[in-house]
Amino acid sequence: MTERMAVELDGVVKRFGAVTAVDGVSLAIRPGEVVALLGPNGAGKTSTVDMVLGLSEPSVGSVRVYGRAPREAVALGLVSAVMQSGGLLKDYTVGETVRLTAVLFGRPRERVEAVLERAGIADIRDRLVGKCSGGQQQRLRFAMALLPDPELLILDEPTTGMDVSGRHDFWSAIREDARSGRTVIFATHYLEEADAYADRVVFVRRGRVVADGTAAEVKALASGRTVRATLPGAGEQEAVLRAMAGVDSVEVRGDSVLVHASDTDEVARYLLTRTAARDLEIVARNLEQAFIALTSDEVAA
Amino acid sequence: MTAVVERSLPRFGGFSLGMIGLELRRMVRNRRTVVFTVVMPPVFYLLFGSSASYRSERLDGGGNVAGYVLVSMAVYGAMLATTSGGAMVSVERAAGWSRQLRLTPLLPGAYIAVKLVLAMIIGAVSVVVALVVGAFTGAELPAAAWVECGLLAWVCALVFAAFGLFMGYLLPSENVLQILGPVLAVLSFAGGLFVPVDQLGSTFARIAAFTPVYGVGQIARYPLTHEGNLWLAALSVVVWTAVFSVGAMWRFRRDTARV
Repeated sequence: MTERMAVELDGVVKRFGAVTAVDGVSLAIRPGEVVALLGPNGAGKTSTVDMVLGLSEPSVGSVRVYGRAPREAVALGLVSAVMQSGGLLKDYTVGETVRLTAVLFGRPRERVEAVLERAGIADIRDRLVGKCSGGQQQRLRFAMALLPDPELLILDEPTTGMDVSGRHDFWSAIREDARSGRTVIFATHYLEEADAYADRVVFVRRGRVVADGTAAEVKALASGRTVRATLPGAGEQEAVLRAMAGVDSVEVRGDSVLVHASDTDEVARYLLTRTAARDLEIVARNLEQAFIALTSDEVAA
Repeated sequence: MTAVVERSLPRFGGFSLGMIGLELRRMVRNRRTVVFTVVMPPVFYLLFGSSASYRSERLDGGGNVAGYVLVSMAVYGAMLATTSGGAMVSVERAAGWSRQLRLTPLLPGAYIAVKLVLAMIIGAVSVVVALVVGAFTGAELPAAAWVECGLLAWVCALVFAAFGLFMGYLLPSENVLQILGPVLAVLSFAGGLFVPVDQLGSTFARIAAFTPVYGVGQIARYPLTHEGNLWLAALSVVVWTAVFSVGAMWRFRRDTARV
């Protein structure tokens, strides 16, 4: 392998007592990628992020960050993170909090000014953290994360609790920053965020990766429509349907068949004229539904 | 790609004067800590130890009773200060700050060292303030005893820095000092800081000798009184320091494993 991966998870399992939060995740993320880790609450996103940051150890499997153990990568400032909540002291000012971070990483004073500017909080540097709004606190966490100039920035549900404009400002700052070529991984359960800001989307459900693709592939997943029909002996038609132009996937459930395709009219015509299909319906599938289909627990595996 | 950054680990696991400076500034900002550790002990001395009779009553080894009370109050202050210094970890854990620090090169051992240094710094401030207030309000001690008692009160307060750390890791509370305040008051009584223990009955006195403050008080007052068994007092301080340190390490290990 010529290229060193930013993050490599290999068969990672994380158990908390009887609960398996992460259930065999293997994932390689290249330097420079902006990756969304998308999934509902409890899907194992935060547990995965914690292992990449060395905050917890996998029960099984290995995690490497730029070829190093996560703790080491963190200590060197190769990777940093904006966590969901907490992690700030109310009786420090904004400026002091960032200065302390600089002291810990052994970075010069100028770096403090630079990240305060970059995060858009230079004007509130003397404000006590306890007097800052949620959005300001989140930008402070962002400034702290930028301080060591990490190769990889991890954002765990970074806009939870922010209003629309706060969310927009925050993502503008992240987007601006990602232009410099930083690798970014963000965990989110907001589809719009994953769609708008990620090059690659990794769907996670019940501790497993259920889909992994470029943003374009995710969009393709969301485009097209689904034909559903009752068709006794549907299994016999599966191969034919799969071979039709524009068909993405065919799913047979007993006497039902579901065909996801870009040209559903052609599929419908075939089913109604050449087979015994009945009760046919065609439904549009949007990203929301794709997301629900891929991540909800109701779907039969 | 971003500009190439020289990446190296900080010296001493992240233990630095810069961090101590910022932490001190934050501590001073907390009015409760300041009142608790710097204002209360001299006020107690002024209320209970500086009466005219205490000032006129002389001690055998030189100095007056007011001076004796003052040394006890200095010990009390050092104890409050170092305990609250150590107990800061409780608030920081509750706020998720400990977790945030784990995203930096700061090693857990260096963090503990910073907390101990901070505890000892405010302990020193507390002792000095108490002694200065006492010196200007009628407390008298032999010249050398001013320095010796002060130093001993301060050094022995390391026990309570360890105690504070232990409690800070044990109690998952934002208001750990509200719990520890009364505990320290009881320990101070048992340790003879407010009233000499033999005035509280012989049974009480015998039990009191095994409590953690007793030895510290004995040692700190020794340059003044030259009474009591110094070796037993020293043993008491060493044993209690060991007990609290082991407790703190035990909780600390669990904490680091969990976060």
